[in-house]
Amino acid sequence: MELPDALTLARFQFAFTVSFHIIFPAISIGLASYLAVLEGLWLVTGRAVFHDLFNYWKKIFAVAFGMGVVSGLVMSYQFGTNWSVFSDKAGPVIGPLMGYEVLSAFFLEAGFLGVMLFGLKRVGPKLHFVATLMVALGTFMSAFWILSVNSWMQTPAGYGLNAAGQFVPRDWWAVIFNPSFPYRLLHMLLAAYLTTAFIVGGTGALHLLRDATQPASRIMFSMAMWMAALVAPLQIVAGDLHGLNTLEHQPAKIAAMEGHFETRTGAPLLLFGLPDMVEERTRFALEIPKLGSLILTRDLNGKVRGLKEWPPAERPNALLLFWSFRVMVGLGVAMFLTGVWSLALRLRQRLFATPLLLKATILMSPAGLLAVIAGWITTEAGRQPYTVYGLLTTADSASPVGAAAVGASLAAFVVVYFLVFGAGAFYMLRLMNAPPRASQDDLSPGEPLRAGGLMPAPILAGVAGAARPARESPS
Amino acid sequence: MSLDLPLVWAGLIAFAVLAYVLLDGFDLGVGMLFPFVQGEANRDEMMNSVAPVWDGNETWLVLGGGGLFAVFPLAYAIIMPALYAPVIAMLLGLVLRGVAFEFRWKTRRGKFLWDGAFAIGSTIATFAQGVALGALVQGIPVAGRAYAGGWWDWLTPFSLLTGIALIIGYALLGATWLIHKTEGPVRDRAFVFARIAAIATLSLIFVVSLWTPFLSDVFMKRWFAWPQVLFVAPVPLLVGLAGFILLKGLVQRNESRPFLASLALFVLCFVGLLISFYPYLVPTSVTIWQAAAPDASLEFLLAGAAVLLPIILAYTGYSYWVFRGKVNSVGGYH
Repeated sequence: MELPDALTLARFQFAFTVSFHIIFPAISIGLASYLAVLEGLWLVTGRAVFHDLFNYWKKIFAVAFGMGVVSGLVMSYQFGTNWSVFSDKAGPVIGPLMGYEVLSAFFLEAGFLGVMLFGLKRVGPKLHFVATLMVALGTFMSAFWILSVNSWMQTPAGYGLNAAGQFVPRDWWAVIFNPSFPYRLLHMLLAAYLTTAFIVGGTGALHLLRDATQPASRIMFSMAMWMAALVAPLQIVAGDLHGLNTLEHQPAKIAAMEGHFETRTGAPLLLFGLPDMVEERTRFALEIPKLGSLILTRDLNGKVRGLKEWPPAERPNALLLFWSFRVMVGLGVAMFLTGVWSLALRLRQRLFATPLLLKATILMSPAGLLAVIAGWITTEAGRQPYTVYGLLTTADSASPVGAAAVGASLAAFVVVYFLVFGAGAFYMLRLMNAPPRASQDDLSPGEPLRAGGLMPAPILAGVAGAARPARESPS
Repeated sequence: MSLDLPLVWAGLIAFAVLAYVLLDGFDLGVGMLFPFVQGEANRDEMMNSVAPVWDGNETWLVLGGGGLFAVFPLAYAIIMPALYAPVIAMLLGLVLRGVAFEFRWKTRRGKFLWDGAFAIGSTIATFAQGVALGALVQGIPVAGRAYAGGWWDWLTPFSLLTGIALIIGYALLGATWLIHKTEGPVRDRAFVFARIAAIATLSLIFVVSLWTPFLSDVFMKRWFAWPQVLFVAPVPLLVGLAGFILLKGLVQRNESRPFLASLALFVLCFVGLLISFYPYLVPTSVTIWQAAAPDASLEFLLAGAAVLLPIILAYTGYSYWVFRGKVNSVGGYH
């Protein structure tokens, strides 16, 4: 058996570590906003059930956030270990953007996280709400900078080249707000919200099946279904816009996603097929005539370019893209239909009393996460064979590291990640399996104030807590 | 007059690395001492002494690594492949110990497993950092814009020695931290550890310092050429002074001075390293100015760092102030 070469192993290693990593930000971006909404509702309405829900999801957020931080640390070093030539060449442009991610977002999150997790009694509800908002803002800023970097790699802009062959910044505004960035940012943020909505919804549904009267379960299920009904259609629009942007800047990626090898007018939409990169055709194609052209060009007879327009070495893998894209779209449609179904039942006052919807939502709870991973596979594999699209090939980006070293470290990552993040996922699921009860205490006995980052909870106690007694409820 | 941006950034990154070594040094040290202290309450007490601050401590490593990528991409691109195995080992060690802080409280049956992960992860991460430091000091061959050495170059008697030295050095920081932060049996155990670690650390500093100048002519001239020797001589003299204060404090069972003296030892060793390295970022191949990204990149990030770093430092100082005093096994400070 032939062993894979160092480049293939390095790509596998990146794909593996980043796929694990993206799960946690996708959850924490959405949950941070959800927590802010819950606490806001608690402050406005004074209803204790919102506070209970806040405490319930806060614990799950803490585990997801912690795993996001440690798996993110690995990513920030992996650019250097496995992709050193890329780091040298693209560093002057994307390095500072990642530096801003570290500075603004990480410190903001880590700084206010301690207050959000442990500080309510010490700082009082208003200041605590500020901390929760700052954590949500921090997760957003983190996504902003990282997606700007990724988008620049997809649609580079605002750069020049220096004598050493490095990309250098010419116009920071053009670098940051490169052509695909706004679409990718919107698409990912909505994806994070949908991911969270289905995790929260599935959890609510589980507890409703056990006890349909529990108000906390009803609230979380209802809120999640509102999100599904409102955000899923928005996401379909955002995804369509993102696709058109990709067609403009990376037409080969679209050709691979659609399984089109021939350039033609009035191109069909393929529902099923097995693109064959060697024979340059899609076998077993199940087509809807002209719909492909209509979606991509808004014209039944519009011209759609096929992969044969590019030399074989410049084509992304159509078999992978065709299917990862369909998995994402399929899950998106399923989420949309769940939202519509819930809306119909809600209008008939049967939202909480339809076991079939509850069971379907439990089944759908990982749908958002799976769609996020499938979507990232589509856009990243679709950027191949380049790291910086059209300018720097993946083969020219890799470190001069031997296959044995990359293979051994890949094996070590696989073992440690499955162990550590397997345990983490288990603890998160166990927290979600526990019923949301009223007035849960913040910490078990003996638990320390931990992961408080740079500004642990008691700090603000000196600022605010001393001035007036902290209150348990906002009224 | 325009600012020498590469030099400013080299100073900032050196500061981030020093902050990391001092801060994460003691909490990694506490992790390594974990297996040598028995009893759940005692271990809880040890963990509680670092639980509120470890996350912030580790952030400096992200800033150091991320900063290197952002402003000295060439150095980052050379050093990371050269130190491939130690860097990966360090990351995996940090993952293991980082999640232990959270997971340890999520299970009763599995608590011993995460205690083990905490100790093993801390030890692996520390050893890997020490080896990486040794490999950097002994020099990294460069051809063109890439690392030109072999895959096992980092593994030498010298780098193994620095790996062991850092384990013992961090254990000293951890032990003196525990003396400062705990009471009763944990503090008494920590005094025993600290005495052993103090003598071992001072001996190892002596050996490594004597060995280093023989690794490169650049280091040799820096430390022994006349009249430069007048400028660098205070460093070893101050190391001697800090060592004396450390040992005296331990003998007198003072509870704060040993920790401060241990920190001073690390600062002085770090200053010694900077003196050896300057003006190289990758000794002895690439200088600070050769490795720097264009000024446009350096300026852009400096604007943000100038605003945020002081805030971060203020946070950090204040949070240590709030958590001053002794800790106990139920997480309280008193």
